[in-house]
Amino acid sequence: MKPSGVMIHHYLLNGLRRMGINALDVCAGFGRASWFLLQSLTWGKGFKAPFARLVLQVYQLGVLSLPIILVAGLFVGMVLALQGYHVLVGYGSQEAVGQMVALSILREFGPVMSALLFAGRAGSALTAEIGLMKATEQLSAMEIMGVDPLKRIMAPRLWGGIICLPLLNLMFCVLGIYGGALVAVDMLGIYEGSYWANMQGSVEFYGDIVKGVIKSLVFALVVTWIAIFHGWNAQPTSQGISRATTATVVQASLAILALDFVLTAVLLGGF
Amino acid sequence: MANYVELKNVTFRRDGRLIFDDISLQIAKGKITSILGPSGTGKTTLLGLITGQLSPQSGEVLVAGLSVPDLPRPALFELRKKLSLLFQSGALFTDLSVFENVAFALREHTRLPEHMIRDLVLLRLENVGLRGAGQLMPSQLSGGMARRVALARSIVLDPELIMYDEPFTGQDPVSKGVLVKLIQSLNSESALTSILVSHDVDEALSISDYVYVLSHGQVIAAGTPQQLRQSDDQELKQFLFGLPDGPVSFHFPAKPLAEEVLA
Amino acid sequence: MNSKRLEIGVGAFVMAGMLALVVLAFNASGFNFARDDRSYFLYARFENLSGLSERAKVSLSGVIIGRVVSIELDTEDYVAVVKMAIDKNVPLSTDTSASILTAGLLGEKYIGLSVGADEEHLMNADEIADTQSSIVLEELIGQFLFSRSE
Repeated sequence: MKPSGVMIHHYLLNGLRRMGINALDVCAGFGRASWFLLQSLTWGKGFKAPFARLVLQVYQLGVLSLPIILVAGLFVGMVLALQGYHVLVGYGSQEAVGQMVALSILREFGPVMSALLFAGRAGSALTAEIGLMKATEQLSAMEIMGVDPLKRIMAPRLWGGIICLPLLNLMFCVLGIYGGALVAVDMLGIYEGSYWANMQGSVEFYGDIVKGVIKSLVFALVVTWIAIFHGWNAQPTSQGISRATTATVVQASLAILALDFVLTAVLLGGF
Repeated sequence: MANYVELKNVTFRRDGRLIFDDISLQIAKGKITSILGPSGTGKTTLLGLITGQLSPQSGEVLVAGLSVPDLPRPALFELRKKLSLLFQSGALFTDLSVFENVAFALREHTRLPEHMIRDLVLLRLENVGLRGAGQLMPSQLSGGMARRVALARSIVLDPELIMYDEPFTGQDPVSKGVLVKLIQSLNSESALTSILVSHDVDEALSISDYVYVLSHGQVIAAGTPQQLRQSDDQELKQFLFGLPDGPVSFHFPAKPLAEEVLA
Repeated sequence: MNSKRLEIGVGAFVMAGMLALVVLAFNASGFNFARDDRSYFLYARFENLSGLSERAKVSLSGVIIGRVVSIELDTEDYVAVVKMAIDKNVPLSTDTSASILTAGLLGEKYIGLSVGADEEHLMNADEIADTQSSIVLEELIGQFLFSRSE
């Protein structure tokens, strides 16, 4: 009897210890990521031509993500109009489809979908790019040349992301609302005036549009942060980079959806 | 003779593995010092300690009189402007042309006008014989050319200390010869201190003023190339003359063959 | 170099984003900066708004002629005071009546106006005297039961 008691004791202690170690690791990783974010948010002095670098990143992250965002926005708006029409027509309120499309896109679909697509399109590319820079020792080389890669490489990417995503979100919304109009007005035969009038009667500039942009800004910071941190933290091997890229997309997507709930609660309640 | 770099009783562990066990070494100013040793003895780690990318668990690392592990981040970056490291892979920035790679440090650290940057870069490229390759991208270069561009890039700011990480690995005999000549001429022309990390014994011995041999986390021999050649230490001899078996076993530690195969 | 083309692309991108904001502001939320010079304001008092909100439509014979600008509570009489912006080109007679109506079965609330026969017109900041609050189902039922019990 005695040995088994000792064994159980041993397993329990071991399990506890491993949990403790894991918790500390998670804590340390978060600390590292936070330090990394603070360092990357500032340009540092003595760094020239930050504007040209920012422009390049806005191109890489924003302009190149444009096609997928625009097409997705158009289709999301069209589908929402179609679905909304079939529900509303049962109550004889099909005129309200414009209002339904606009509100759901401005409040939820725009910020969330554009952030998810951004994570898949631009976030994964960022992680892979930085991971490859690390694997080929470019980041180390830069550090040894006395140039902080967090300022030189990460800061323009972080700010590029923060600038791009809200703009992409706005374009997604415009395309979505016009896509909805295309289906509702041209295909389903709702009177054009009532599509827009209903929408204008219920959409508020601050309450819906500005709050959507605020959500988008938060998502941009989080997604870009996750992407560049995983690139910087990647194992410098091909397998490590592929793992880091996957981690970026998975974690960024989950973070967007979870944060969306929190932000919605805060924005609906507090402000 | 003053020492530019000094390691005092340095112990370094990574992931629980002991890499340096209480080692001390001095790098004399203005000389070429080689660190030799079999693969996997932490020669590159040593360079990481000198540049402050890694910190030792105990012991002191002094570079130009400053204790590297204790420096705050801005001071560390200030110190690094005086150091340069030639990476094994070259580590050229793949999104910049050869010219821009060499100009990188000038653009980041100085406020020189464009025409002066151009002249300086062309001079450095001329030094390594690649003035004509300025507009090529790194992906268009051969391995040897990439390493020469990296060399031009690492000397563009006139550093005080230059570290070469395995400069001869994977080079054909001609490129090796070119690199040996370049390293030698660089050191004699300017008041450079050079550290050469390598396992190419012949090339390293031919240009070094002083040599350290590392093995199992310790310095097993130190001296001028002349002194090392004449030593009769068995392990040193095996390494210097490339004998397949000796104190350093050819076999990775394992159970006896008969026991494992016939079991 | 092609850095010029890059800058043009990025500039176009940022401008498109700004334009999107403007489009949303005007087309989706009906933001109208020029509203003040193209309309005049009328007030109306209602006992119960039952869901009428700011920026609701004001219509006459089914044509939208204005919007609700603000809603306030008169703390003396405890009635709602609705401020409306009406198109300048639509003169309304002084005996115009206003009622709160519902679009469709579940649609939004709006104010429906019907013009009377008076010769004189309502001026800016005048009040519409004849108002009818929206019909609240509970009150209707209450009235019905009350009248039965008498």
